[in-house]
Amino acid sequence: MTGPKDLGRHDRNAVPEGKTALGRVRGLGSAHHGGEHWIKERVSSAALLLLGTWFLISLLLLPDFTPSTIIAWLSGPFGFVPMALFVYLSFEHSLEGVKVVVDDYQGDEGGRLTWHVVSLFLHVGAGALALFALARIAFGA
Amino acid sequence: MARNTARPLSPHLTIWRWGPHMLVSILHRATGIALSTAGLVLLTWWLLALAGGNAAYATFSAFIGWKLGPVPLIQLGLVVLTWTFFQHTLSGIRHLIMDTGAGFELKTNKTMAYLTIAGSLLLTALFWAALLGKAA
Repeated sequence: MTGPKDLGRHDRNAVPEGKTALGRVRGLGSAHHGGEHWIKERVSSAALLLLGTWFLISLLLLPDFTPSTIIAWLSGPFGFVPMALFVYLSFEHSLEGVKVVVDDYQGDEGGRLTWHVVSLFLHVGAGALALFALARIAFGA
Repeated sequence: MARNTARPLSPHLTIWRWGPHMLVSILHRATGIALSTAGLVLLTWWLLALAGGNAAYATFSAFIGWKLGPVPLIQLGLVVLTWTFFQHTLSGIRHLIMDTGAGFELKTNKTMAYLTIAGSLLLTALFWAALLGKAA
C-alpha cells in the first residue's frame, strides 16, 4: 500500500494519516504575510498623526461653524484632499486596529472570522459613505 | 471551526499589576475602540449632514446640542472623544518610539507613560479653551 506512511520521515511535504495537507498546517505558523499588517498599521498611524493635527488645527482656524463656512473649506483643494486622505486612512487604521483586538480576544476561529468580516463590511460601508458625502460637499449635489 | 487550544490568548487585565505603563497600554486599546466606533460614526454623520443640506445639518446640530436636563451630555462626550484622540495619538507616538527598541528602561518607560496622560489632558484642555474662546 502506498499511503502517507510510506513517505520519508523527514519529507516536509509528508501528510500524516487522517489529515489533509491543509489540516496539517492550519494555525501552525507563518504564511509570510505577517509583517505586512504590522507595517501598514504604523505607516497609517504616521500619516494620521499629520492629518489629525491638520484636522484639529483647521477646525480651530475656521471663522465659524456654519455649514456654508465648512462647505467652502472642504470644497477647496487644501480642504478636500487632506480630508479625503484623513477619512480614508482613519477607516483603514481603524480596520487594522480592530483586527488586532479581535485576534487577541476571540480565541475561537469561527468567531474570529465572523468578527473580521463584520468589521470589514462596516468599515468599508461607512468609509465609502463618508467619502461619498465628502465628494458631494466638494462637487455639489 | 474549533479553537486551537494549543495557541495562547492575550493575557488579560486581571493578571497584571496596575501601573502607568500598563494603564497606558490598555488605554491605547480602549481609546482606539472609542475612536473606531463613536469617532468614525460622528465623522461620517457630520460629513453626510454637511452634504445633505440645511435640514440634515440641523438634525446633526440638534443631536450635538442635546441636553439631559441642564447637562450638555453629547458635548461632554465630544470633550471625552477629543481626549481619547489625544491619548491614542500620544501613546501611539510612544509605541512608535518603542518599536525602534528605545524606551524600555523601567524609568524611561514609566515617565513616557505618565507624559502621554499629562499631555493628552493638557492638549484636550488647550483645544477646548481655544474652541470655546473662539465661539465667545
